[in-house]
Amino acid sequence: MRSDERGSPFAPHTAEETEAMLDAVGVADEEALFDVPDAVRFDGEFGIEPRSERAVREEVGATLARNEDLTEFLGRGHYAHYVPSMVAHLSDRSEFLTSYTQYQPEVAQGFLQALFEYQSMLVELTGLPVANCSMYDAATALGEAATLASRVRQTTGTRVLVPEHLQEGRRAVLENYITGSDLTVESYPMADGNADLDALAEQVDDETVLLYAENPTVRGCIEESLADLGTLADEHEALFTLGSDPVALSVLEAPAEVGADVVVGDCSLGLPTAYGMGLGLFACREEFLRQVPGRLVGASEDDAGRRAYTLTLQTREQHIRRERATSNICTNQAWVALRAAMHVASLGPGGLRELANDCVRYARDLAAELDDVVGLRAPVHDRHHLREFTVRTDQPAGAVAADLAAEGFAVHTLDDHLLQVCVTDANADATDDLVAAFEEVAR
Amino acid sequence: MIFDQARWTDDDGERYEPLLSEKRSREVEPSDDDPLPDDLTRESLELPDASEPELARHYTRLSEMNYGVESGPFPLGSCTMKYNPKFTEDIAADPAGHVHPDRPDGSVQGVLELQYRLQDYLGRIGGMDAVTLQPPAGAAGEFAGILVAKAYHESRDDDRSEVVIPDSAHGTNFASAAMAGYDVVNLPSGDDGRVNLEALEAALSEETAALMLTNPNTLGLFERDIERIAELVHDVGGLLYYDGANLNALLGRVRPGDMGFDVMHYNVHKTFATPHGGGGPGAGPVGVVEELREFLPDPHVRAVEDDDADGGTRYETYTPERSVGKVHGYQGNWLVLEKAYAYIARLGDPGLADASAKAVLNANYLAEQVEYETPFGPFHHEFVASAGEQDAADAAKRMLDYGVHPPTTKWPEIVSEALMTEPTEVESRRTLDQLADAFNAVHAEDDETLEAAPERTAARRIDQVTAAREPRLSWQALDREE
Repeated sequence: MRSDERGSPFAPHTAEETEAMLDAVGVADEEALFDVPDAVRFDGEFGIEPRSERAVREEVGATLARNEDLTEFLGRGHYAHYVPSMVAHLSDRSEFLTSYTQYQPEVAQGFLQALFEYQSMLVELTGLPVANCSMYDAATALGEAATLASRVRQTTGTRVLVPEHLQEGRRAVLENYITGSDLTVESYPMADGNADLDALAEQVDDETVLLYAENPTVRGCIEESLADLGTLADEHEALFTLGSDPVALSVLEAPAEVGADVVVGDCSLGLPTAYGMGLGLFACREEFLRQVPGRLVGASEDDAGRRAYTLTLQTREQHIRRERATSNICTNQAWVALRAAMHVASLGPGGLRELANDCVRYARDLAAELDDVVGLRAPVHDRHHLREFTVRTDQPAGAVAADLAAEGFAVHTLDDHLLQVCVTDANADATDDLVAAFEEVAR
Repeated sequence: MIFDQARWTDDDGERYEPLLSEKRSREVEPSDDDPLPDDLTRESLELPDASEPELARHYTRLSEMNYGVESGPFPLGSCTMKYNPKFTEDIAADPAGHVHPDRPDGSVQGVLELQYRLQDYLGRIGGMDAVTLQPPAGAAGEFAGILVAKAYHESRDDDRSEVVIPDSAHGTNFASAAMAGYDVVNLPSGDDGRVNLEALEAALSEETAALMLTNPNTLGLFERDIERIAELVHDVGGLLYYDGANLNALLGRVRPGDMGFDVMHYNVHKTFATPHGGGGPGAGPVGVVEELREFLPDPHVRAVEDDDADGGTRYETYTPERSVGKVHGYQGNWLVLEKAYAYIARLGDPGLADASAKAVLNANYLAEQVEYETPFGPFHHEFVASAGEQDAADAAKRMLDYGVHPPTTKWPEIVSEALMTEPTEVESRRTLDQLADAFNAVHAEDDETLEAAPERTAARRIDQVTAAREPRLSWQALDREE
C-alpha cells in the first residue's frame, strides 16, 4: 500500500482512507489543511527526482566508489579499531535504534540500563564518580569543560591553558564554546612531545581556570608528568582536565589518581571511522554534579520496589532551565554510547588492555622500522607511544605524503619535514607494505 | 493493545535484567609482558567480562524493555518520530563511506560529492542559498546559526546584545542564544497561541540580533503574520532565525527562505527520517541566505569544474572567507547525513510534499477523534490537547498501559496540562483510531487509576524525586550502598 499510490512510500494511506479522513476533518482536500497565506506559498518544484530504493542504493554506492582505496595510517584523535559484528547486530535492533530520548522511562528501561552501564564503564576507566551519557565529540566535550570551569570556580579568572600541540578542531570548537563567557584560550609549550612543565609553571597563575592536557598527546606520546600537572593546576585552583580515550585509559594512569577533575575525549570504540562522527566522553568529580552538561541516567526504584533507571537531574537542562541551563546539548550520541558499551563489554577488561598494549607495541615496532629507512627518523620524540608517532623526513614531508598516497597509503603531514603515522589493530597487517613504500619514496 | 512489556518476564516472573557487572566481572592487573613501565600505567582495571552469548541475550532483553517507532505509534509532540526506512541503514553500513576525516579531499571525492548534493537538496527544500552540514544536532545547529548571525552583525561593526524568543519555543533556543553570549528577551504568546505583533514590536530594538522562531509553532499553529514579523525584525536590523524542528509540516508548501528567514537549521533526524537512536546521533545542518554564506563554519564543500576529474566536477572543502570556525571537531555526523541524503533521494518532490500532506492530515484527523479539549487551531503537524482536570503526566503513564507511547506532556505551558501530540505521516488510519481509543479510554478514567499507572510496562511508576535527591549514576554507586 502506498500513500495514494504516488506520494511518500512511507505513508500508509490509500486513496479511500485519505478521502474518509478528509471527510472526518471536514475539508475537501489536503491543501485546505495548510493554513498558509498565499503570499508565502511555494508553488515551485525542488527539482528532486524520486528514485526507487534500489536506484538510491546504486547511486550512493557508485558515488562512494569515487573515494580512493587508501590504507589509512591516520589518527590524531579519530581512531580505527575493529568493531565486533555483535555490536552492529545488537545495536541495530529497532527498539534501540528507532527509540527517542527516554522521557517515559517505564517503557525505556532497556536503553536507560545500557546507558547506565556505559556511564559505569567510564567511571571505572577514569576513576571519576560522575560520567554523562555522551557528548558529540572530544572537541565539544572540551568546550563544555571550559564553560563548566567558569561556572564552578570560586574565584574569578579567565585563562584556559591548552597544549600547543592540539588537534586543530578541538582548539577551534573550544574558541566557539567560550563565546558567551569571558574566557580566553592560550597555548602552553610542549617539550619533546610532553607538556613543558617548567614553562607551564611560569605561565599558570591564579587567573587560570582550566589546565588541559592529553594522554596520549595528539602526537601519540604518553604524558610522563601527569601527577605534576595535576598538582600545578591544584595549586592555582584551576580545573585539571585530561583528554584521553577508553583504549588508552585501560592501561595508562587512572585520571583520578593523577588529580584530574574532568576527563574528556573521543571514544574511538563502537563505530568505524566515519569521517569524524564519533562519541564525546565527559566525566568529572562529584562536586560538579549539578553543573555537568548533558544527560545523566540514575538508578531509582519503581512502585513495586524494583530497581529502575531514569534520566535524572534534568533541572540542569535546557528544557527546564532554558538560558540558564548548563549547556544547550539535547540530542547527543546515545546510540553511539550504546555501541561503545557493547564494544567494551565484548572485549572485556583483558581484551581491552590487550588491544591497548598491542597498539603500544605496533607503534614502537613501526617507528623502529621506519627509523631504519634512509631519509627518515622516528619516533621524533623520545617517549613511549600509543598508536601514533611523528616521523622526521629529509625530503619535504608534503611530497613524501603525496608519493605515499600514490602508493596507496595515507599519513598526516604536520609541517615541512614532519609526518605523523598511526597504527592500530585495523591496519597493523599493512605495516610491512607501508615501510616498503616509505623506502621507495623517502630517500 | 499494541505494545505490552508485561508479556515478557524472566524465570522468576520479574521484568528485570541484571546489570552486566552483576553477571560477570573481572579485575585485570599489569603483567610482566606489558610494554609500558609501571610508573606510566594503572594498577588494575575491573570491567564486565561476559561471553558473546551472554551479551547477546543481555542486549536482546534490554531491547525488549524499550519502545521504538517499530514497537508502536510514537506521537511525541515536536519530536517527529517517523518510521526510519531500512535501506538507509545498509547505505550507512557501506565501508566505502567509512573514511578518516583527515584524508585529503582528492581521495574522498565520493563523500564530498554526496555532501555537496545534500547541501544542495537542503538548500532547495528550505529556500536557502547555502547549507553547512557540520552541526551534529539541532541544538548545535542553533548555536552555529546564531554564531553566523553574530559574525554578520560584527562584520558591520553593529554590536547587538539581544535575541528575542517566544515563550513557546524549544528550550534549546534559549540555551543556544546564551552560549553565543546573547541576552534572551522573552516574547509572550498572544491569546490565539501565535506571536502577538504588539508584543513583538515592544521586544524588538536596535539591540535585537535575531528573532528565533519555529513555524508552525509548538502548538501546531502557522504564524500567519510571518511576512509582517519578518518586516518588523528586518526593520530594526535583526535577522530572522528559523528553528527547523517543525519543518515536517511544510515540505513543498512553504519554504523558510520565502517567508523571510535568513538562517535556519534542519533536524534531519526529524524531517528526514534518520533514526533518533535513543537520543542521538542526529544532525543539524544550517542554511543561510547569500549574504551570510561567507560566515559558514569551516570547512564547507564546493564544486569546482575540472576537466581532469570523472564527470568534469571535483569537490573540495574550503574555509568560507569570514567563517565562524567550528562547532564540531570534524565534519559532524556523517553517517546520519548519508541516511538523510538517501531518504530525500527516495522521496523526491512528490514524496516530500506528500509526507507533509499526510502528517498534517493525520494530526487533524487525530485531533478530531480525541475527546480531550483541543484549543486553538487550525493545526498543522501537531496539536496540543489539554488534559483538563487530569494531571497530564498521569494521563501519559496510563496511556502506556494501552500499549501506545504517550504525547509530550505539560509543554508548552500556554495550554494547561498539555498533551502535545504529533502522529506524523507514517501512521495509518487504523493506528490513529487505536491511538484515539487509548486517549479516550484514559480521558474517561479517574485520578486513582491514572496515579496507579503504568502496570503493563517493564518498570512501574519510577520515583523521580529520589533519583534526583540521591543520585546514583553508576553500578559503583550502587555497590557502595550495599
